[in-house]
Amino acid sequence: MDFGVIANYMPLYSEAFLLTIKIGWIGIAISIVIGIVVAFVLHFKIPFLNIIAKGYVELFRNTPLLVQLFFIYFGLPKIGIVISAEVCGAVGLGLLGGSYMAETIRSGLDAIPVSQGESAKALGLKPVQIFTRITLPQAFTISVPGIVANVIFLLKETSVFSAISLMDLMFTAKDLIGLYYNTTECLVMLVAFYIVMLLPVSIAGSIIEKKYRYKMYGA
Amino acid sequence: MGFEVLFKGSNMLRLLEGLGVSLGISLISVVISIVLGVFVGMLMTMKNKVIKAITRVYLEIVRIMPQMVLLFIVYFGATKAMGINLSAEVSAIIVFSFWGVGEMSDLVRGAMQSIPVIQYESSYALGLNKFQTFIHVIIPQIIRRMLPLSINLITRMIKTTSLVMMIGIVEVLKVGQQIIEANRKTSPDAAFGVFATIFLLYFIACWPISCLSKYLEKKWGK
Repeated sequence: MDFGVIANYMPLYSEAFLLTIKIGWIGIAISIVIGIVVAFVLHFKIPFLNIIAKGYVELFRNTPLLVQLFFIYFGLPKIGIVISAEVCGAVGLGLLGGSYMAETIRSGLDAIPVSQGESAKALGLKPVQIFTRITLPQAFTISVPGIVANVIFLLKETSVFSAISLMDLMFTAKDLIGLYYNTTECLVMLVAFYIVMLLPVSIAGSIIEKKYRYKMYGA
Repeated sequence: MGFEVLFKGSNMLRLLEGLGVSLGISLISVVISIVLGVFVGMLMTMKNKVIKAITRVYLEIVRIMPQMVLLFIVYFGATKAMGINLSAEVSAIIVFSFWGVGEMSDLVRGAMQSIPVIQYESSYALGLNKFQTFIHVIIPQIIRRMLPLSINLITRMIKTTSLVMMIGIVEVLKVGQQIIEANRKTSPDAAFGVFATIFLLYFIACWPISCLSKYLEKKWGK
């Protein structure tokens, strides 16, 4: 292990790290928005849209991100839709994550007993109030562990971005190994940066999970 | 649109062969994961502190390390650090089994700990010995809880094996790229058709398995 090499590579890795985090979190934000919208459609069984939503969720849950990215990045330009690698990464991750988030949020919404809504109605709450004050907070509590697991999964999936020549951590490592053959240093740094990226999320996830679990049963 | 390329020569057949390579790697890894995963999962329920600490670290690695990084470590790192020359296929199977065993053992642990102690006590009270309790009372319940989730692991494994392209295994995506390159002149739009087809092929491979998993979960869930 040569620490001079590590110091030399540090700026390159930091840059790649920031790019990975940026696109990763933009993708996650997109996925949560898509997830909430699709979960609403599925939960309330809105006609017609319901079928599209189901098709979307099944299609994206049952295909790998790598294939999705290849299709978006190399396939779509052939029918006139050209997007940059960064946008493609964020959108691809958002679409994949959206299907997972939708399932997680929907199962949370579905888990709330009908009697809850009925009781709220009997107490004189309006439908919007019932949804925002009764159903949503409880559904969210149930969905939290799933959402956290999805976030970790999506952050891990960002490693696939290198396939569409986005200069992320994986790409940088591969590039440097190919150029200078400092395999050990490159791989150690790669692992270190992924730990920095994911361990805090993993730990924060288990804390949030515990907190919400107490809230649910301790009511 | 570029779909016509697939009907030229044996292109479609080659794509399917490529898919076969990924499915083969996933199948081997799944079998190893399930067998070893059950064993490791049982180890995890033991009260030994050393075993607990080791499995905890192992699970955390599986949880936060991208499979692609593990693939690179084994494929490039092992050669450099230990001088072993692993073929890409063997490295892929090692990595996916390492990951799969982690996931599987966590499922086994979860299922075993979800069986209340009262089940054991009631069985003993009814005169069953330890072995009988396990075979007739505990294992049937564990299987019902685990089977849908383990089937789900198969689809996740199939999806993850698409990564092997990155260490140079010629699987469906690589074959697709080769077809696109070879037909660059005659059908410049091939990328759309070929990648759309691969998208669909993966869906056809995974969807029935996830449906089965969902069906079993519903059937046994209550």
